Amino acid sequence: MSEYLDHAGAGVSIGLVETRNFTFADPPGEIILESGSRLGPVTIAYETYGRLNREKDNAILICHALSGDAHVAGYHDPEDTKPGWWEHMVGPGKGIDTNRYFVICSNILGSCMGSTGPCTCNPNTAEPYALDFPVVTIGDMVNVQKALVHFLGIDVLHAVVGGSIGGMQVLEWCVRFPEMVKSAIPLATTIRHSALAIAFNEVARQAIMADPNWNNGKYYDGPKPDLGLAVARMIGHITYLSDDSMRHKFGRRLQDKSDFSFNFDADFQVESYLRYQGKKFVERFDANSFLYITKAADYFDLAREYGDGSDVDAFSGATAKVLLISFTSDWLYPTYQSRDIVKALKKNGLDVSFCEIEAKWGHDAFLLPNERMTSMIKGFLSHVGD
Amino acid sequence: MSAIKPDPARLRYDLEIVASWVPPGTRVLELGCGEGDLLYYLNHHKQVDGSGIEKNEARVTVCIEKGLTVLQGDINEEIDDYPDNTFDFVICTLTLQQVHDPADLIRGMLRIGKRGIVSFPNFSHWKNRAQLFFTGRAPRTRELPYEWYNTPNIRVITIKDFRKFTRDVGIRIIREVAIDTYNKNRNGMVITGLADWRATYGVFMVENGSA
Repeated sequence: MSEYLDHAGAGVSIGLVETRNFTFADPPGEIILESGSRLGPVTIAYETYGRLNREKDNAILICHALSGDAHVAGYHDPEDTKPGWWEHMVGPGKGIDTNRYFVICSNILGSCMGSTGPCTCNPNTAEPYALDFPVVTIGDMVNVQKALVHFLGIDVLHAVVGGSIGGMQVLEWCVRFPEMVKSAIPLATTIRHSALAIAFNEVARQAIMADPNWNNGKYYDGPKPDLGLAVARMIGHITYLSDDSMRHKFGRRLQDKSDFSFNFDADFQVESYLRYQGKKFVERFDANSFLYITKAADYFDLAREYGDGSDVDAFSGATAKVLLISFTSDWLYPTYQSRDIVKALKKNGLDVSFCEIEAKWGHDAFLLPNERMTSMIKGFLSHVGD
Repeated sequence: MSAIKPDPARLRYDLEIVASWVPPGTRVLELGCGEGDLLYYLNHHKQVDGSGIEKNEARVTVCIEKGLTVLQGDINEEIDDYPDNTFDFVICTLTLQQVHDPADLIRGMLRIGKRGIVSFPNFSHWKNRAQLFFTGRAPRTRELPYEWYNTPNIRVITIKDFRKFTRDVGIRIIREVAIDTYNKNRNGMVITGLADWRATYGVFMVENGSA
């Protein structure tokens, strides 16, 4: 997920919002993860916007991607210059209309933006978990989201929405808790990582682990593996863009110079851009969380988990009405992967709509303002339950 | 963005005929559903369980905005994924003349649906005949407005040809009507005499089995 374009806040902002915490699974009532490990207590950072109606049937859960957080829209402070990561989609009168819906977003398990993850203090040692944190899966993330949804008094979600790794969570919701999901909007996502996607993740992880500061994950009281994490982020950014978008955005233009420097400084704009993104990322993200979340994404495979290898069987228990959207220039999760999902849903007789949006921004397109995406999401949501 | 509600009186005339043939509460798939006028009408006036397939992204967007279930894709590929007899009706209007293998498409329609409904421009309309006869050039009309080199209508079908086609591929015609249309196909009337000369379009309901 990148921040290379400012989110043009179309319409009115939801305004001031705050992140709350929900803590549960205190020992001995720890949650049991898919790996068999136990984890507790678990804290989930979340935000909600809008009002839950009397029937409690207007809740929409938004699932964020790799480096996102619970802060989808609005501002934490009147002085904030930057709103939440999906400001143009979520708010009064917007695609996901907070005047109509009660919107929930929580930080995923294993992340570092308020929810329990490798940088959280391990109650047994009074030090950060680091690599003692158990490996979590997309299914584990969804399980704790379910606990939060129940805590908020909600039995059925009007919709679950998310892109990329957030889209994996949406798909997981559809098969894990079908009775709770009335509709689902997976964006720019996949039913399983291709070898290409795993390969990029592995290179990114290796970059972190090769940083001497990483120190087998134990860096919380010393220098952090900033270089490794920055390189990991740079690799990620390449996969989020596209040949086309890079040509448009950078071409071979030089950064603040008219000729080559004949050394290894950043000559090209694209180099300078990647360095900047890498540097910015290490200020806000934990390297170990990056390892855990990318691993969870690589492990994700609904067919393996629910379908005995068959995509069609994986969705046999699903009931949600689905809107899938892919983007033409997304080469991380190309359209054929969305079509595979569509095919599996169709073969199960599910109500599925699909649109491939022409966009040159690569995988990142799902995060950028797009009128067609917004109007489809808005129209789809308002007809769920017709 | 306001809700888009097509006026049923503004439904294209051949679609009005098609809509009148679809009983309430049935399962319907429309191939090449455009902006979803027919599906919207059927959903709201006949409570059908309807979905559509459309190639064009902008049109798919309009359909989904209206709350319709629509897949963006190629009709020939998309129909392969449905199990047998998923639908009561599979509808394909004004598209048959544009597909590469109409026989294959019709068979596919009747595999996934009990019945198929198709409409197509009748190439043996007197205006086409007159143009070819008197000017010696490929006809261009309101219904077939293209030049030979840019027309998407790669198949030339007449009402008589379609009847022969059904016999050739072993399907049965259950209903048929020939129509003459005007006002950009919004209005029209059913033609009874000399239909192959006078009709701008033919509308047929078919099912598997010989006549």
